[in-house]
Amino acid sequence: MDVLQLQRKLREHQAAMIREGFLDDQFSQLQKLQDESSPDFVIEVVKMFFDDSENLLNNMTRALGQVPVDFKQVDAHVHQYKGSSASVGAARVKNVCATFRNFCEAQNLEGCVRCLQQLQHEYSLLKNNLQYLFRLQEEIQAAGGSIPTIE
Amino acid sequence: MASAANVFIHRLPEVSAHELHVLAVDDSHVDRKVIERLLKISSCKVTVVDSGTRALQYLGLDGGEENSSIDFDSMKVNLIMTDYSMPGMTGFELLKKIKQESSIFREIPVVVMSSENILTRIDR
Repeated sequence: MDVLQLQRKLREHQAAMIREGFLDDQFSQLQKLQDESSPDFVIEVVKMFFDDSENLLNNMTRALGQVPVDFKQVDAHVHQYKGSSASVGAARVKNVCATFRNFCEAQNLEGCVRCLQQLQHEYSLLKNNLQYLFRLQEEIQAAGGSIPTIE
Repeated sequence: MASAANVFIHRLPEVSAHELHVLAVDDSHVDRKVIERLLKISSCKVTVVDSGTRALQYLGLDGGEENSSIDFDSMKVNLIMTDYSMPGMTGFELLKKIKQESSIFREIPVVVMSSENILTRIDR
């Protein structure tokens, strides 16, 4: 596949991620912060977000497995996750976190467990989509092309 | 906090002569990286720390040795930007501790940012 085709694929994939709500404007703000002096900025931030995600999802799982459940503790983890997902533009993850917090406040264990499952699902989808995005970027760069950013 | 910081930083006045030195405080790894980049690209000098305690240490306000004026000048902070909800000390508690100082520190503007959009969750 040539550079032009790859670039079009990338543009389409980014547009789809936005359309389907995986990413919001914050992600394009991050792309604007990337330049020659910080060429891997977005990937670095996203990698940190992946690490954060895995940590926090584990923490939530453990907290929900305790007897009795400390909902304030669960909420603290969800709040952190909501923050970092907002910072990278991970809209769907962020939205599930918002719902999750409501269940924590209501001390609704079933609701919390459902939200955790949803979060794991959304995170997994997002991770796959972003990794695909980054692979396309790598291919474009390897072929000497430039990365189109989200308009 | 990083998405709130976006909005704020675009409104910072142009600083032509001297670089603004901003002390950014956030417990989130992701947010620290984004804020640091945002501020650097806005031509600010940045120091990023991960807690209120570390911020006070950096400023020399942690009850340790008196900070001589010479030391202070070399790391003079013009602005403090802090996340609100952090474990240990909240951004608001940090602001209070700084404003309790009867010195130049009182005059440093402190911006507390929160990603909370439900006001009652922000403990006044």
